[in-house]
Amino acid sequence: MIRLAGVNKTYPTGSGPVRVLRDVDLTVTAGERVGILGRNGAGKSTLIRLISGAELPSSGLIERDMSVSWPLAFGGAFQGSLTGLDNLRFICRIYGVDPADKIPFVADFSELGIYLREPVKTYSSGMRARLAFAISMIIEFDCFLIDEIIAVGDARFHEKCNHELFVKRGDRAMIIVSHNAAYIREHCSRAAVLVGGELHSAPSLDEAFAFYDQQTALAA
Amino acid sequence: MALERHSAGVTLAQSWQVQRRVIWALILREILTRYGRHNIGFVWLFLEPMLFTLGVTALWTATKSIHGSNLPIVAFAITGYSSVLLWRNMPSRCVGAIAPNLGLLYHRNVRPLDIYASRLVLEAAGAGMSFVFLVLFFHFIGLLDLPEDLLQVAAGWLMLAWFGVGLALLLGALSEFYETVEKLWHPASYLLFPLSGAAFLVDALPSEAQRYVLMLPMVHGVEYLREGYFGSAMIAHYDIGYMAAWNTLLTLLGLAQTRRVSMTVVPE
Repeated sequence: MIRLAGVNKTYPTGSGPVRVLRDVDLTVTAGERVGILGRNGAGKSTLIRLISGAELPSSGLIERDMSVSWPLAFGGAFQGSLTGLDNLRFICRIYGVDPADKIPFVADFSELGIYLREPVKTYSSGMRARLAFAISMIIEFDCFLIDEIIAVGDARFHEKCNHELFVKRGDRAMIIVSHNAAYIREHCSRAAVLVGGELHSAPSLDEAFAFYDQQTALAA
Repeated sequence: MALERHSAGVTLAQSWQVQRRVIWALILREILTRYGRHNIGFVWLFLEPMLFTLGVTALWTATKSIHGSNLPIVAFAITGYSSVLLWRNMPSRCVGAIAPNLGLLYHRNVRPLDIYASRLVLEAAGAGMSFVFLVLFFHFIGLLDLPEDLLQVAAGWLMLAWFGVGLALLLGALSEFYETVEKLWHPASYLLFPLSGAAFLVDALPSEAQRYVLMLPMVHGVEYLREGYFGSAMIAHYDIGYMAAWNTLLTLLGLAQTRRVSMTVVPE
């Protein structure tokens, strides 16, 4: 289970502190797939970083008693001067996994071939995205955090990613943040809407979408 | 108050295991990014400080540097400059160290302290290897006697390394909040070098000057190290308790500021 209770996040800015998240409560149980809808700047990425533990809340409680991934589909915290393989080994070392078992999968899935042994800075953005996704799949977690993964690759690769994530890992919990209602509808069983740093839970997917549409219309 | 709770029963031993794993991964990554796999690679780790020390040794020998004693210049330069490397390079490597590694902080187990720790371990290893290899090299060509008291030399070196660690943590963490730290550290380290005891023996100074120079903690470490090295050939002035107090204070302040960085840092 993951539980957030009364979570606040404030960032200092040149014009005073800005409260990005207000009293956020959220509970995600094993195997559950929760979508979090929000427009740009609603605080989605901040929320997912707090859930992952990469960043700490200003106040409030965050409990995790299942293993939680890093926020997937960030461009990849790659060191440009290192090869794809070195970056892969680094992630394996951090999580205590033997890289030897994982190299064939990453080579095959990312379709990088000989480029796996070239510095990441020589990669195109598509190659980076493929490597990032492949590396995300080598460490197993009980809960995957997915930040706008929709941006990854062409249609065929997108299909491969969906299969790897949603079919092969269909039994895992997932928290997906997106501004795209259709994507959430396709993959989630429950959704909440983030507006101005406040998280509004909805009893059903349809109600969440209705609320999101209403908020989007209000803002337009 | 922000709370982080992992109810999965994480013991201290498990956390330490994770910490070690992360620091080791960061060390290997740092070696690869800094020195690459090509030509001599990680040998640069100790070759670079060796070249520095050799250069200074050559300069001081050529100018017959007046250091106020009849100790051999080679020995004097190696013991002095090896200690400067510790307290000067450690902070230099930690100031601004978070920014290039912001992306790594996406991984929960990578904390700012791990980034500092990996860099500090590398600096200490480089400076230590350089010191040992130079002593052995000059000993084999007959220009240098081995230390009289190996244990005291090691203890002095460790005190200097500890001072470097404390100073590096404090300045590194503060540099995340105040840009001026980086700007001021360069001139400060440059100006501290001639005062640090590396280039003179405290005993050779007038007693008024001794009083002031002994306010600098690293002077005590260098004097202690040199007494271990040369023993009876010199009169050393030091108070290891005074230096330990400084080291403790710097380390605690450094850890507190590093914690502050951890609380506020925003991954890329």
